[in-house]
Amino acid sequence: MTPLVDVRNLVKEYPGRGGLFQRTPPVRAVDDVSFSIAPGETFGLVGESGCGKTTTGRCLLRLIEPTSGEIRVKDMDVRALSSSALRRARRHFQIVFQDPYSSLNPRMRVGDIVEEPLIIHKLGSREERRARVQQLFELVGLDPSAMAKYPHEFSGGQRQRIGLARALALEPSLVVADEPVSALDVSVQAQVVNLLLDMQKRLGLTYLFIAHDLRLVRQVCNRVAVMYRGRLVEVAPAERVFAAPAHPYTVALLSAIPKLQPGQKLERIPFDAASFRPLPLREVESGHWAAVQI
Amino acid sequence: MFQLAGRGEAAAVDDVSFEVGHGETLGLVGESGSGKSVTALSIIRLVLPPGRITGGRVELEGRNLLDLDEPAMRHIRGRRIGFIFQEPMVALDPVYTIGFQIAETLTVHDLARGEAAKKRAVELLDAVRIPDPSRRAREYPHQLSGGLRQRAMIALALAAEPALVIADEPTTALDVTVQAEVLDLLREMRRTFHLSLLLITHDLGVIAEMADRVAVMYAGRIVEQATVDRIFASPSHPYTRGLLASIPGGEPGSRLSAIPGTVPVLGQLPPGCAFAPRCPNRFEPCDKLPPGVTMIEADHAVRCYLYGPATDDTAEKDRDATDGAPGLPPSLKATADHRSLGEGGQVRRRA
Repeated sequence: MTPLVDVRNLVKEYPGRGGLFQRTPPVRAVDDVSFSIAPGETFGLVGESGCGKTTTGRCLLRLIEPTSGEIRVKDMDVRALSSSALRRARRHFQIVFQDPYSSLNPRMRVGDIVEEPLIIHKLGSREERRARVQQLFELVGLDPSAMAKYPHEFSGGQRQRIGLARALALEPSLVVADEPVSALDVSVQAQVVNLLLDMQKRLGLTYLFIAHDLRLVRQVCNRVAVMYRGRLVEVAPAERVFAAPAHPYTVALLSAIPKLQPGQKLERIPFDAASFRPLPLREVESGHWAAVQI
Repeated sequence: MFQLAGRGEAAAVDDVSFEVGHGETLGLVGESGSGKSVTALSIIRLVLPPGRITGGRVELEGRNLLDLDEPAMRHIRGRRIGFIFQEPMVALDPVYTIGFQIAETLTVHDLARGEAAKKRAVELLDAVRIPDPSRRAREYPHQLSGGLRQRAMIALALAAEPALVIADEPTTALDVTVQAEVLDLLREMRRTFHLSLLLITHDLGVIAEMADRVAVMYAGRIVEQATVDRIFASPSHPYTRGLLASIPGGEPGSRLSAIPGTVPVLGQLPPGCAFAPRCPNRFEPCDKLPPGVTMIEADHAVRCYLYGPATDDTAEKDRDATDGAPGLPPSLKATADHRSLGEGGQVRRRA
């Protein structure tokens, strides 16, 4: 199957700090990252803060301009698009942000927030757009009568539903979900995750699911990429990452997850950051890639 | 209690009783708005106006902290009770070095002065496994990584060798590998200093690793209290069960088990059990009055009508049930004067 998303050798560099003569070398936030996502797949990108997972997600949508590399989404060469072509193309790929408090304009009514993408892309008449917004509210489990309210009148979980309704307004094929539930209470997280799963089933969505909660990733993702210092260190089907992690960083990350059985003996396996060498990914078993020496 | 504009007062924490035994770790679990942080702030009497404590007792080593005057209370905070906050960047003073802040604590509590205090600060930084402690002592909070900063805060909390340490979401802001290191450190410190620990968190994984006993809070009340083994092996309150079930860990691709609805807004609690509107086991008594405490085992208390009718002497039972290790008086004992420990904090606005 042709992948929906194909990323090759993606690099994002930020200039170093310092004066004219004593500049620190540039920082590679994303360093030679390649992966592809099949249509309808949920591809997890996991790693700790600062590893480059959010930057990767944003480069994919060109919300951040990559330094080099190739990005193809739905046969479009995303990096070659002019700014007007990019704006048109964005209806195919949308993003749900982590923080439901800062990602919705507090001065707009939530109905207008969800309608805005339809206006920008000049879709439908006023009445058609209103009907579509109502439909979207029902789709994400919100009462359409709440359309005239402002974001502050909603709880975190409801705001994430509004953010999702906005992302789905244009019927995208790809949704980048950047830590979509990590700002929510545990009991509400599950509701929003279930909604994401339902939407995928009903609308055939493809997700790039960026997260740091490894238990969650295991349950919702088909394949998982583990990122460390800007590089992918392991890419494999979710169950293989957890059953047979191949990279020492993945092993350390998994051993750090608190166990849910009290009294169980803890076996933490630390990762020696000084030992890290940027190696290319190689296939250690079918479909399981890791940046390790043979 | 705190004033709500035009709507009287609301209890952020209501009828909460628990004990922390010597060397014991009590885990206080709850979601945002459940009252767990207000409970902690009430113990050290740092509830900000318009919040106030309207009743109850907070006994530390046999003394009721609610009877102390403010100067006496200052000798409790930092000296007898250490505090570890979620955000070390906020809790540490940005304009003083780490070493100075620890030495200052020692000086204020007359434990050491001058060079001796500085030396002790370096020893404490060493004890919390901060590499190159004498150099780090001269650095400012912003120069340290998140993990090192949290270690420095633990050193600060332990400086005066307090009887009790309250840790409010101590690892929530940290990455999972750093969290693992900080939890390992807390466990080691608990052994070395023979600490009593009140650990506040929303993370049941952290609870499973750290706590001896667990109190689950919902909408300002403790709804279930038991040993950590029992909480995980036979959770009894429908909320505790729902919380445990909602942790991901099922079959790949399967839906999560979610608790429907949202946490109730303070000041708008239902007349009966606060969890009733979301509860899968709700039946007719649940909507009338809040349930009292039922003891379903010697050390397992539940506030739910599934386990029996509410009785009037519940507060008493609560107290008996939570007595710590035999022979030793509990380190901390917070008790409600029969349904009157209303405590308030900063007004949480959730429109």
